[in-house]
Amino acid sequence: MQPAGSRKIELESLLAGRFDLPLGIREADESERLLVGLPELDGLTGGLERGALTEVFGAASSGRTTFALRALAEATARGEICAWVDTCDNLDPASAAAAGVDLDHLLWVRCGGDAERALASTDLLLQAGGFGMVVLDIAHLDGRAAWRIPLVAWFRLRRVIENTPAILLVLSRTPQARQCASAVLEMRPRGAAWSGGLLRETRLAAASRKPARPAEAFWRAQAIG
Amino acid sequence: MYAAIHAPGHAASLVACAHEFSPLVEETSPDTVVLDAGGLERLIGPPREIAGLIARAVEEAGIRANVAVASNCDAAVCAARGFAGVTVVPLKAEAKILAPLAVSILSPPAELAETLERWGIRTLGEVAALPDLGVAARLGEDGLRLLRLARGENQRPLAPAEAPAVYQESIELEHPLELLEPLLFLLARLTGELCARLTARGLAANELRLRLKLENQAEHAVTIRLPVPMRAPGTFRKLLQLELEGNPPQSPITIVTLAVEPADPRVVQRGLFVPQAPEPEKLELTLARIGAIVGRENVGAPELADTHRAGAFRLRRGLGPGRGAVKPEGARLALRRFRPPLAATVVEDNGRPARVQARGVRGVVLRSAGPWRTAGDWWRDTIWDRDEWDVALKDGALYLVCFDRRAGAWFVEGAYD
Repeated sequence: MQPAGSRKIELESLLAGRFDLPLGIREADESERLLVGLPELDGLTGGLERGALTEVFGAASSGRTTFALRALAEATARGEICAWVDTCDNLDPASAAAAGVDLDHLLWVRCGGDAERALASTDLLLQAGGFGMVVLDIAHLDGRAAWRIPLVAWFRLRRVIENTPAILLVLSRTPQARQCASAVLEMRPRGAAWSGGLLRETRLAAASRKPARPAEAFWRAQAIG
Repeated sequence: MYAAIHAPGHAASLVACAHEFSPLVEETSPDTVVLDAGGLERLIGPPREIAGLIARAVEEAGIRANVAVASNCDAAVCAARGFAGVTVVPLKAEAKILAPLAVSILSPPAELAETLERWGIRTLGEVAALPDLGVAARLGEDGLRLLRLARGENQRPLAPAEAPAVYQESIELEHPLELLEPLLFLLARLTGELCARLTARGLAANELRLRLKLENQAEHAVTIRLPVPMRAPGTFRKLLQLELEGNPPQSPITIVTLAVEPADPRVVQRGLFVPQAPEPEKLELTLARIGAIVGRENVGAPELADTHRAGAFRLRRGLGPGRGAVKPEGARLALRRFRPPLAATVVEDNGRPARVQARGVRGVVLRSAGPWRTAGDWWRDTIWDRDEWDVALKDGALYLVCFDRRAGAWFVEGAYD
């Protein structure tokens, strides 16, 4: 008797191209990806996939926000309208401006620490269409509150974003979207560089957890002077 | 073909009556209006029926008026002023029909009227019989114009006045409305009518003003400013619904009045390769829906405030045209702000933070940079005066902590991430 996993793969290969599998994740080609302009990370991820959910998780100071703002800067520089759904009201507009984000093209939704509001707002934004990137920031959400987000909410977001040119980027402390994310990146801090009594830069590491790749990317973020 | 209506003392009513038949109406004098009746033959019938219908409409408005139809507007005016009831002046018969009318109908200049009086000329027929060259030599340009008017040959374009533009609709209810749903039915009708009126004039609206007169004699007003001119009744209705759901009237409604502020419609030609952007109507609705969830003051485009105070910003409703921000080389370390800042206990060593403890933040400080002293607004209540430190904790996290010199307390302002 064949194991269930191999039978599933066999079945999927038989049905490939004939049906849009309800739980399957479509592979995106080069043109459907947004390069964030950081060669180390673009080399690792191949860019952020459009029409899909990408999750970036990590501890405090691991570079999640820096990465998201850099991606927003790229998107807004292309004239795309983007949104930042801020569950715990953590966005610093000055940091966004310093990262090169065109604030005129950024919609900021402050949810006052309520994850339900953040999910509902994200859903509405994705359904409205026309957004190039929507960032859902639950990185500062209490761990228990984050785990209380039902899986069906992530499925819903994934279904809404499918077949749209939008990118849904989720920032979290631990992986939340599970199988609904088409890519999962883990960020880690690797130390900071100080000189002359000033914080100069931070050294960061990123690893692709989905698709799983053994290699890590090392990158740096300069402190704003 | 032109129709003239003459009734002393009813200028405003005459204009309103004329607008029922044509959008091109000229107020020739306080007691006479002329309308362009071209094309009415196909709708109403021959000129006599057109004149009869206009006369009946004027009569229904309670005005006794003379109505005349002619091939040019001045002949129609003369006939309406000179003949009682309904007159039809056929083409090429203007001079013959106008001939018995007195010269005073044309209101000639006083000097010209005196000259004609001296010459014994009293009717339009007598004026029409004068030789052109002689009139030009003796009476000049005014005389020639009078001659053309008397012969019914004066051709000039109509100078139509703008129709009174009122973009307001009101409904007085027989029974006060208590529920939102029936009110939405009424709003659907009002928005539909107003949008049809805007469409007819090629306009859009940039503001909605809803006034609800309540049973307790109070008034509930709702004003919605639109980011771009729109003409979508469905969007207007939904915006008003979301606003009323968030802020319902406190008493049953007796009168509903909806007004829109007309504006030129937006003309947008987007480039073929320009990225897609949200449709303004859809975006406005989405913002209103999100505003209903998180509060309207919590949605918008961030703007940096013109101050040195850390973390100061404004939220502007709606998005801007784009400023083309400068993208730096490489990544810039971002700060995640804690709002409000976390009250912290900081153990100092030689005046520098050595240990930090706050909600969710705890550890020995491995490295620190600072203090960076900032102060401002000393002339206001919003004065600030503080020392900022960048600190690295043992777990690798980097925080911005500050010592509020006025309060004498430490706070964790945010985390570098």
